[in-house]
Amino acid sequence: MTDVIATTPGLYPLPDWAKEELSDLKGHQKDDLIAGDESEAIVEAYDRARAEVTDRQREAGLDRIVEGQLRWDDMLAHPLCVHDNVETRGIVRYYDNNNFYREPVVRGDLTADGDVAAELDAAPDVSQAVLPGPYSLSELATDEHYGDDAAFLDAVADFLAAEAAEFPPVETLFLLEPSLVTDAPEDGEDERASEAIDTVAAAVDADVVVHTYWGSIPEKPYAHLMDAEIDAIGFDFVTDHEGSVYNIQEYGTKDDVALGVVDGQNTLVEEPEAIAERIEWIGDQVPNEAFERIYATSNTELFYLPTNKAEAKLDALAAAPAEVSR
Amino acid sequence: MSPDPAGTREQFRPDDHPTEHFLLTTVVGSYPKPTWLNRAKDLAEDDARAFDDDDLAEAMDDAARLITEEHVRAGLDAVADGEMRRNEMVEYFADRIEGYEFNGPVKVWGHNYFDKPSVADEVAYTEPWLVDEFEFTAGVADRPVKVPITGPYTLASWSFNEAYDSEAELAYELADLVNEEIEALVAAGARYIQIDEPALATTPDDHAIVGECLEHIADGVPDDVRLGLHVCYGDYSRIYPEILEMPVEEYDLELANGDYEQLDVFTEPAFEKDLALGVVDVHTTEVETVEEIKENILKGFEVVPPERLTVSPDCGVKLLPREVAYQKMENMVTAAREVESELDAGEIDL
Repeated sequence: MTDVIATTPGLYPLPDWAKEELSDLKGHQKDDLIAGDESEAIVEAYDRARAEVTDRQREAGLDRIVEGQLRWDDMLAHPLCVHDNVETRGIVRYYDNNNFYREPVVRGDLTADGDVAAELDAAPDVSQAVLPGPYSLSELATDEHYGDDAAFLDAVADFLAAEAAEFPPVETLFLLEPSLVTDAPEDGEDERASEAIDTVAAAVDADVVVHTYWGSIPEKPYAHLMDAEIDAIGFDFVTDHEGSVYNIQEYGTKDDVALGVVDGQNTLVEEPEAIAERIEWIGDQVPNEAFERIYATSNTELFYLPTNKAEAKLDALAAAPAEVSR
Repeated sequence: MSPDPAGTREQFRPDDHPTEHFLLTTVVGSYPKPTWLNRAKDLAEDDARAFDDDDLAEAMDDAARLITEEHVRAGLDAVADGEMRRNEMVEYFADRIEGYEFNGPVKVWGHNYFDKPSVADEVAYTEPWLVDEFEFTAGVADRPVKVPITGPYTLASWSFNEAYDSEAELAYELADLVNEEIEALVAAGARYIQIDEPALATTPDDHAIVGECLEHIADGVPDDVRLGLHVCYGDYSRIYPEILEMPVEEYDLELANGDYEQLDVFTEPAFEKDLALGVVDVHTTEVETVEEIKENILKGFEVVPPERLTVSPDCGVKLLPREVAYQKMENMVTAAREVESELDAGEIDL
């Protein structure tokens, strides 16, 4: 029997009071963003915001609690943007969104720095860690140190693996890999992307989910991703249900699966019953698959939403598994 | 409507215009707000203060009068009030359109947020959006007033769409509302209306949706009303020449910021409509000299003849310091007047 559990890919919107308080404490310019050396007052404000966000997930009843990644001013580029050997330059567009991040330019060795591990240490009872996947993180950054794409991807993977190795115990690690869809790797690169994921996955004693969104992965990179030693692949059923079903039908998937069935970029709040129907519909499309576990999740990060709607989506997601007929 | 550029342009020529040639000078719309206006808004939000909404309305009138007069003083042929009453280009309209709701700020980058509204229900036109603004400005100015309106495509794409099957469908519904607003503006005397579609820059492949929106917008608009489209900061090769099919007389384009690198795009095929050429950069506080601006104006003649060239800044100037914004406009008008004289004297080879 399939175990359906509710989770999210993290990167929550800050509570509204924290948006205000932190913009007053930090400022509005690009030099004011998180650099990993924040003042005590800023640390304390994030602690309060983090507690609120994790409490809210527990209140909703989610099966996996994330830290919220509230400090990630630069979204998925965060782990590099705070690194000592990385210089942040201009503001660049974040995928195809009306959002921007500081371009991280790698100028020296990507040594482990423990920034993300420290966030998890500050949030007891978190059961799911979140990191950018190595391929996406390398695509979001500019390399001025390693010299070629393959060496850079390996370095980013080693960096993330060292970061993950310092994590406190968690049940699950979500690696967010939207670039596998939006800037799909080409021949040769696809195999390396999959190996880079292996490197990170091997560093943790947790179930690893490689979550993709903003469409579906092209066939070849998908086939290579299936070779990676991971527990589940995540699919975006909000933006591309046909492509997602196609990949599962043609190439199969892992024993577990993550289904992006709640829209992380629209304020319309799905009913738990509707979410459950989507999950059942997907099961009907791929009758040959007997998933051991389904992670029901939003397709994207949640920071695109106003806080009230993001919270309402947590409630809907958490209530959905009970509605799925198995 | 049959676009007739010469027909809608001539009405903006001042009676005492000194030269035979006429390069229509105007602005895109926004202008820096006086600092006291922002203070007045803070005061009005503070319940502990005696400063109420009536006081704020008076402050807005004062600001609109001040900035309109500043435009007149700069010598512009068609002026605006600098959008003194508008807080933000989507929010202002969403506040007035039924069907929209606000749920709180969302992140744009860092700690910069935007009150991105949601279309929670069918949109409807229940009150005029800009008629008061237009009437006030027209009452202050001794010359024609241009009215910028955020376009339906931008209103749709910079909102959450909960109520319509697609963003395009929402945009067409909003276009019908813009059409209603234009009808009210025209009845109030407006003859120069500009549709702003900055969202097209990030999704140029949607130009057909913008075109269809403009068909809705232009429907029934009298022939003597000049309709323009403003787009900025994009790859123009992806929307040209398709945009020529749109039912507008004038395209207002940001080109100075890219140092006219994209100008060639508009030479093949020939640009058959009016070009409102950006001749000053709004993203640098360095004020272009009259000579520099004259050279920029001459670049426009590579695309259209003088009788179809309008001269304006690249985009709204609201992010510039006010004295810089003013100086750029004043230099721009001086440059245009000098080019007109030189054209009259036959000193410029076209």
